Amino acid sequence: MLEARGITVRLGRRAVLCGVDFEALAGHLTAIVGPNGSGKTTLLRALTGDLSHGGRVRLNGQDIADLRPWALAGLRGVLPQATPLAFPFTAAEVVRLGLTGGVEAGAAGLVPQALARVGLAGFEGRYYQELSGGEQQRVQLARVLAQVWEPVAHGAPRWLFLDEPVSSLDIGHQLQVMEIARDFADRGGGVVAVMHDLNLTAMFADRVALISEGRVLGLGLPGAVLRDDLLSAAYRCPIRVNTPPARGTYLLPHAAGRVAAE
Amino acid sequence: MVAISPDSAPTVQGWDRGAQARRVTLLLVVALGGMSVFSLTVGAAGTSPWAVLADMIAGREVSLADRVVLFEIRLPRLVLGALVGAALAVSGAVMQGLFRNPLADPGLVGVSAGAGLGAIAAIVLGGLLPAGLAAALGYYAVPVAAFLGGWAATLVLYGIATRRGRTSVATMLLGGIALGALAGALSGILVYMADDAQLRDLTFWGLGSLAGATWAKLAAAVPLMVLALVAAPMLARGLNGLALGEAAAFHIGIPVQRLKAVAILTVAGATGAAVAVSGGIGFVGIVVPHLLRLATGPDHRYLLVNSALLGAALLILADVISRIVIAPAELPIGIVTAVLGGPFFLWILLRKRGVLDL
Ligand SMILES: Nc1ncnc2c1ncn2[C@@H]1O[C@H](COP(=O)(O)OP(=O)(O)OP(=O)(O)O)[C@@H](O)[C@H]1O
Ligand SMILES: [Mg+2]
Repeated sequence: MLEARGITVRLGRRAVLCGVDFEALAGHLTAIVGPNGSGKTTLLRALTGDLSHGGRVRLNGQDIADLRPWALAGLRGVLPQATPLAFPFTAAEVVRLGLTGGVEAGAAGLVPQALARVGLAGFEGRYYQELSGGEQQRVQLARVLAQVWEPVAHGAPRWLFLDEPVSSLDIGHQLQVMEIARDFADRGGGVVAVMHDLNLTAMFADRVALISEGRVLGLGLPGAVLRDDLLSAAYRCPIRVNTPPARGTYLLPHAAGRVAAE
Repeated sequence: MVAISPDSAPTVQGWDRGAQARRVTLLLVVALGGMSVFSLTVGAAGTSPWAVLADMIAGREVSLADRVVLFEIRLPRLVLGALVGAALAVSGAVMQGLFRNPLADPGLVGVSAGAGLGAIAAIVLGGLLPAGLAAALGYYAVPVAAFLGGWAATLVLYGIATRRGRTSVATMLLGGIALGALAGALSGILVYMADDAQLRDLTFWGLGSLAGATWAKLAAAVPLMVLALVAAPMLARGLNGLALGEAAAFHIGIPVQRLKAVAILTVAGATGAAVAVSGGIGFVGIVVPHLLRLATGPDHRYLLVNSALLGAALLILADVISRIVIAPAELPIGIVTAVLGGPFFLWILLRKRGVLDL
C-alpha cells in the first residue's frame, strides 16, 4: 500500500502542492489526472522520493525517507515524463541499466524479454539516440520493467510510477502500454500513472485522483471522479461524460456549438 | 511467466559490447607490458636491461652506472609515466561521466587552474619563503604547492556548487570557468613579476615532463593516483546510471550525491598529484576515453579500466618519443602528447563524423 499524508511542496517561491493526501493499493492501477501545471509530476516525484517535501510517504508500510536508494530501487521503478540520455548507449544497454538496483540485478536475460514486452524485439543493438521519440519512450519503459520485473518480490508488492507513459505513443502502442500496466497490477503489483487521456483512464484505471492547482479534487472509483462537474471545473472547459448503451464509459471534449459530422 | 535466475540467464550475443571491451582490455595489458619494456631499453646511456638482467641471473657484478641508470632513472620514470597517464585518463573518463559530456576534463573542477597557480606561485615567490621552510621543501616546493592549489580550488568550487546537500553539476561547470579565469589572471600577474630564469622554469613546467622522477618524488604522489585508480571502477555503475540524468539514476538505486562527492574528490586528488609531479600534460584525459568510447561503447565498467591501461601505455610511448626525437636533449612530453594526439583525434572525428553524434 502507498500512503501519502499532507504532502506539501514548494518549488522556487511557489507552493505547488498544498497538503495533498493520496493513497493507492497494490493490485490497482491508480491514475492521476488534471490539467497542465496542476502538480501531477510534482506529486509523483514526491511519491518516488525525488523531492524534499513536507508530509510523509509510506510505501508498503515503510517511510520512504528512511529507505536507501538501492532499497527503494528494489521496491519501485519510475518512468519519468522525459529521460535525457548522455553517451551513445544501445537500447539493450539502456534497459540493462534498470538491472542496477532491483532484485533481478544481473539477470541479463531479462533485457531482450523486457524489450519484447514493449514491442521492440530485435532493437537490442540499435543506438538509443537513433530511435524515434515513441521508441525511446518504450525503451525507457522496458528499462523500468526490467528493474521491477516481478510485481511481487519476497511476498511484498512492487510499484510502478509512470509519468504520462503513453503521451508520445500511437493508439496501438498506447493500448499495449496500458495493458502492460494493467497486467502488472493484476499480478499483484501497484501502478500509479499520470494520465492525460481520460478515455484510457476510464478504460484501465481502478482508482482516479483528479488534481487541480495543487489540490486533490477527488480520489476514488473512476465513475465517482470522472464526472461532468468535477472535470469541467478542473479543466476549465465543458466536458460531458457519456456512457454508451454497450458497457463502458467514454468521454469527448464538448465544444459548444460544434458537432462532428455524421 | 519465465522464471529468472541470474546464474542461468542466457547470454545475448550481438548487442553486448562487453566481450569486445574485455578483448580490448587484454590487448591493452599486452601493449602496456611491451611499451614498458621498450621504455626501459631507451635512453641517453647505452644501458641494456637485457644485459643487466642476464648479469643478475648469472650472478655477475652489475656496474654501478648501469644499476643507477636502470633502477634510479629509467624505472621510476616508467612508473611515474604509467601512473600519470592512467590517472589523467581515468580522471577524464570520470569527469565526462559525471558531467554527462564527452568534452569534460579534470580541469573543469578547477584542479588544473589551481595547481597551475600553486606551481607558478612556488616558482616565482619561492624566494620569499623563510629560509628554513624553503630548505625543508627543497625542490618539492613546486609539486607541493601545485597539489595544494589544485585541492583548494576544487574544495572552493565544490562548496560554491553545493546547497542543502545537493551539488549542482552545472554550477560547478560555470564556477570552474570563473575560477579558472581568476587563477589565470593571478598567474599572469606572477608571470609578469618573474625574472628570466623563473620564466624559463615556468615555461617548462607548463609543458610538462617526466624527467627528474625519483622514488622519493613518486612516493609522495603515488598514493593519491593509486587511490583514484582503485576507486574509479567502483564508480562505474553509478556513472552508467548518471547517463540517464540524476533523477533516473536515483530511481535505479544510485546514491547520487555520494557518487558526485567521491568522484570529484578522487579526481581532484589524482589530477592534482599528476599535475604536481609532471606539470601540464594535456589531452590524455579527453582523447583516451573518447577513443575507447568509439571502440567499445560508453559502458564505464570497461571504459574506466581500459582508459587507465591506454592512458598509461600512451604516456609511456610519448615519454619514449620525447627522449629520442632530439636526443640527447629531451622534448617536453606535453608537446609530444599534443602533436601526436591532436591530429589523431581529428582524424578519428572526421572518420566517425555523423555516425556517432555525441
Ligand atoms: N523547478 C520548478 N520551479 C518552480 N516551479 C516549478 C518547478 N517545476 C514545476 N514548477 C511549477 O509547478 C507546477 C506543477 O508542475 P508539474 O510539473 O507538477 O505539473 P504537471 O501537472 O505535471 O503538468 P503537465 O501536465 O504539463 O506535465 C507548475 O505550475 C510548474 O510551473
Ligand atoms: Mg507533468
